[in-house]
Amino acid sequence: MQETKYTAADYKSDQPVRWCPGCGDHAILNSLHKTMATLGVAPEKTAVISGIGCSSRLPYYMNTYGFHTIHGRAAAVATGFKLGNPEMTVWQISGDGDSLAIGGNHFIHAVRRNIDINILIFNNKIYGLTKGQYSPTSDRGFVSKSSPYGTTEDPFIPAELVFGARGNFFGRSIDVELATTQEVLLAAARHKGTSVCEILQNCVIYNNGIHSPITDREYRADRTIHLVHGEKMLFGKDKRRGLVQDGFLLKAVDLDKDPYTIDDVLVHDAHTASNFLHQQLAMMDGRDLPLAVGVIRDVESVTYDEAVEEQVREVQAAHGFDSLRSMILSGDTWEVK
Amino acid sequence: MLAETSVKTMEKVVIRFSGDSGDGMQLVGNIFTNVSAGLGNEVSTFPDYPAEIRAPQGSLGGVSGFQVSVGTDVHTPGDKCDVLVAMNPAALKQNVRHLKHGGVIIADVDSFKASDLEKAKFTTDDPFAELGLNKDNVLLVPVTTLTKAALADSGLDNKAVTKCRNFLALGLVCWLFDRPMDSVDHFIKKKFARKPAIYEANSKVLRAGYDYGANSHASVSTYRIETKEARKGIYTDINGNTATAWGLIMASEKSGRPLFLGSYPITPATDILHELAKRKDLGVKAVQMEDEIAGVCSAIGASFAGNLAVTSTSGPGLALKSEGIGLAVMAELPLVIIDVQRGGPSTGLPTKTEQTDLLQALYGRNGESPVAVVAPASPTDCFKMAFEAARIAIEHMTPVILLTDAFIGNGSSAWRIPEAEEYPAIVPPYVTEEQLEGGWQPYERCEENKVRYWAIPGTKGATHRLGGLEKDYNTGALSNDPENHEKMIETRREKIARIANDIPELEVIGSGDAEVLLLGWGGTYGHLRTAATELCRQGIKTDFAQLRYINPLPANTGDVLSRYKKVIVAELNTGMLADYLQARFPKTEIARINKIQGQPFLVEEVAEAVKQLID
Repeated sequence: MQETKYTAADYKSDQPVRWCPGCGDHAILNSLHKTMATLGVAPEKTAVISGIGCSSRLPYYMNTYGFHTIHGRAAAVATGFKLGNPEMTVWQISGDGDSLAIGGNHFIHAVRRNIDINILIFNNKIYGLTKGQYSPTSDRGFVSKSSPYGTTEDPFIPAELVFGARGNFFGRSIDVELATTQEVLLAAARHKGTSVCEILQNCVIYNNGIHSPITDREYRADRTIHLVHGEKMLFGKDKRRGLVQDGFLLKAVDLDKDPYTIDDVLVHDAHTASNFLHQQLAMMDGRDLPLAVGVIRDVESVTYDEAVEEQVREVQAAHGFDSLRSMILSGDTWEVK
Repeated sequence: MLAETSVKTMEKVVIRFSGDSGDGMQLVGNIFTNVSAGLGNEVSTFPDYPAEIRAPQGSLGGVSGFQVSVGTDVHTPGDKCDVLVAMNPAALKQNVRHLKHGGVIIADVDSFKASDLEKAKFTTDDPFAELGLNKDNVLLVPVTTLTKAALADSGLDNKAVTKCRNFLALGLVCWLFDRPMDSVDHFIKKKFARKPAIYEANSKVLRAGYDYGANSHASVSTYRIETKEARKGIYTDINGNTATAWGLIMASEKSGRPLFLGSYPITPATDILHELAKRKDLGVKAVQMEDEIAGVCSAIGASFAGNLAVTSTSGPGLALKSEGIGLAVMAELPLVIIDVQRGGPSTGLPTKTEQTDLLQALYGRNGESPVAVVAPASPTDCFKMAFEAARIAIEHMTPVILLTDAFIGNGSSAWRIPEAEEYPAIVPPYVTEEQLEGGWQPYERCEENKVRYWAIPGTKGATHRLGGLEKDYNTGALSNDPENHEKMIETRREKIARIANDIPELEVIGSGDAEVLLLGWGGTYGHLRTAATELCRQGIKTDFAQLRYINPLPANTGDVLSRYKKVIVAELNTGMLADYLQARFPKTEIARINKIQGQPFLVEEVAEAVKQLID
């Protein structure tokens, strides 16, 4: 851990937080304040850019540079911001509707370009600010005000989109798991390139308990697995269950009952370039296989902002000009005397 | 006219090169323009190309034209041409309506075979008679045969040889208008610097064309085009889109703010993206985003980050950017939006010109969201007005829409390269150290012009939050207060209105004692000015003015309009500026001249329309 110069309070604004009591966003905000303090980037070198939705109110609660933009466009605004001022650390906040429905295009292209921003998706599988419509992450058949007979469409799995767009960082956490959230956010901030963090968030008013079958205390140990790079993929109350390879797929085994030993259990490698296993891990949904939290993929690759800066330097070194006039004079001209 | 043997002197002459879109007409047209400008002629060009990239060869849909006017007092590419080069029957058929009565046609007789005529949908074997043309004015030249002969020993294959036909035509035109061969050669050499074999071939063909003219048509009169003493300086040929890009770079130099362009390809604005993408050699960051919305939003992000941020587009793209522009209005960030207008609505006429986005620029957003709107008058004026758009955006912390159009964006003329000192410093309203120490709030304003201050992210003690939600006038915190909302609406309106104190007055060209004012805006300047001059020449006193600042209007606009019995507003739409002015100046009698054909005005039609309106 590096020396901590800041406390969480240094990143908090004086604005009253206006989310509903019991909303999962409070916990995520707390985790973000603490992560920033641990990260140690000065508030004035930090920008938080959001779209529209409950989660996108977050910049008002930060004592950093902040921009509450328009629905779905935060990734595009953040891309321009980072290119315009590469020294800033950029966090982009959005929800499942903001980033995956109206902002789906900007989201996949930000990931594809690998612009160095940290994208946080607060996934509560519902539109909260418009009072309860299904979102692109709602399960098929989900009943909401805009799907009174249940939806007739399949959801996006955010991780699958990230890998489809050739993403290099994906982490997942649960709103109330502060330590895991901070671990994921810190890794995201330290990763150069687009880091996508999905945080399963509970909307206490319109979708209360949507993640409970996985996240409730009584099941959580068996239905989630906390992946840590370099460590065995173990889960369960006593860490006696593990993930093993089964052909090209994964299988959950019980080390006390099934004919497997600890040596059969896979070791998590978040840094391997291939996303084959990362994708399988990220697609586990808590039913047959435990839902993965923690840093699932964290692979270094050249970032878009650095590549742009580098190209500017190269072009300027090779045939740059010191002014517009000298550039124009290097072309076709004639003199009238 | 071909029977005379003489050198005619002309004030100005209009030439139109036309052929298949693959025939290289734009290239030879450009070279002719550059050479003429180099001789001291004034030039104005109009490339007229099809929306299809490669329509079937020889078809009517695939004809590409390039019109240039050279001489003195040249403000437009000319209504009609004196000389039409037609590389095939389709080009002849499509362009003959652009030929002056008695004008000369140079046609490639090798391309007028039966099959060619059929492709161009001629029904007889005499296309000239079919079009009612006098054969005495047609110069039938075996362009393809001569090209092949000139390159017989070149070793080039048939396809490569055929590609050089355009230079034979150029050689002929150069002979006709007495252009110096070495100067033409210089431009070809530069153009094909990396392909010496192609340069050699084109150069040979050019000379063959020139010699053919001199030897075979010694009886035809050639022309001497007049030149006027031009202002001293170094010149280049520039089109409006390039001038726009360069004006922004000048503004970046003058403001000390890095230049960022977020854009998405769209005809006819893409050349601005192309030019700025090249200008990494000057440190410009131009990015091609995933869509129009991302174009404007990335620019807004870059603006918040402290850049001179720009997005470029045409009408359909401006529609997509509306919500983003509204955000910049609310966040009070500098932003330049370039709309190179084209024919609409919807996809409309993508390669043609119109002025039909005026109301979209002024009002095309939700809520009360005023922005500044400016419009350059000519290709070279794009430089000045792009600079002005950036200056206003930065100094007044507002989005500014620059309305150019396909006609001036693609058209070109000779341009004196300005010295940096000719342009003023742009002074961003940075928040000061003293303000920060005194408890600065993000929406604090300068009382004089209502402009809020700019704190560049990274600055210590200036962290703040912006956003699309309404803010408290004093603290910048979120506010739902009804009175505060109205006060903020009024403040944002007043901020734009006060830009009028910071822009030049509307100038009138004319005697000042006319009863009629011909008034236009933006890219129609050349045609309207020429029409006014023509009317005065005919004894019909007509003053002329062109609005380049549309929101806010120059402070003296009302005074100017009130001096005339009749104000005639001419524009390439159904009367958008006329309505805008009539609402502001109800006592002024406003008459209208409108055209919506995807084509610029013709001088003659404007002059005629004015005559009818004052009868």
